[in-house]
Amino acid sequence: MPNKLIINCETGEQTEVELTAEEIAQREADAAKAEADRVAKEAEDAAKAALKQEVLDKLGLSAEEVAALLA
Amino acid sequence: MANTYTLIASSTVGSGGAANIEFTSIPSTYTDLLVKVSVRMTSTYDLFWIRFNGVTTNLSGKSLQGDGSSVASYTVEPYGRGQSNTTTSNTFSSTDFYVPNYAGSNYKSISTDSVSENNATQAYAALGAGLWSSTSAITSIQIVPNGGDTFVQYSAAYLYGISNS
Repeated sequence: MPNKLIINCETGEQTEVELTAEEIAQREADAAKAEADRVAKEAEDAAKAALKQEVLDKLGLSAEEVAALLA
Repeated sequence: MANTYTLIASSTVGSGGAANIEFTSIPSTYTDLLVKVSVRMTSTYDLFWIRFNGVTTNLSGKSLQGDGSSVASYTVEPYGRGQSNTTTSNTFSSTDFYVPNYAGSNYKSISTDSVSENNATQAYAALGAGLWSSTSAITSIQIVPNGGDTFVQYSAAYLYGISNS
């Protein structure tokens, strides 16, 4: 487990301090949330890509052709 | 316009990495603060947060971000772009957080300018406008990686005090 790096602005002293149990628990919770967010975003991006392709197929156009129309 | 621009403190992460970087005992004698951060992460996450006085609440903001192929806006507390371990080796991001009137009794605004470096299509540039809804003077600043990540060796942060007279 890495330490936290603390810099005292009064003295300029830089020290490495062990994380407290609470801070470790918070890091683990943050990691779990970040992973859940990543998975959710991947699913959302995949759904958007699928919907976009569905619409392109209906229109019979490629993404480049749509971009040219909207430019 | 700044009259003086003073390095208050600096830090560089050692070989063991760092769970976060914290500036404490910040003097109240300046007008504004500028935090310059250059970091790289150990994992695939590439965001970090700025916190004040160890408080994680009452932070809000809007950001505008480009990633090399698209642009998006977000409603999110102030953040900086780091470098994930999938980006070009030995590269570090660059972020500025500017906090005017940090020692006053009004809410604190945060202006963010952040870029990541990557010799590939995807690299980020973000501008943010944030707010810490607290009347407390800022006496400490925490730079915290997202997702329980770790800053690698040679990551660095610099705290500057700006005086208007």
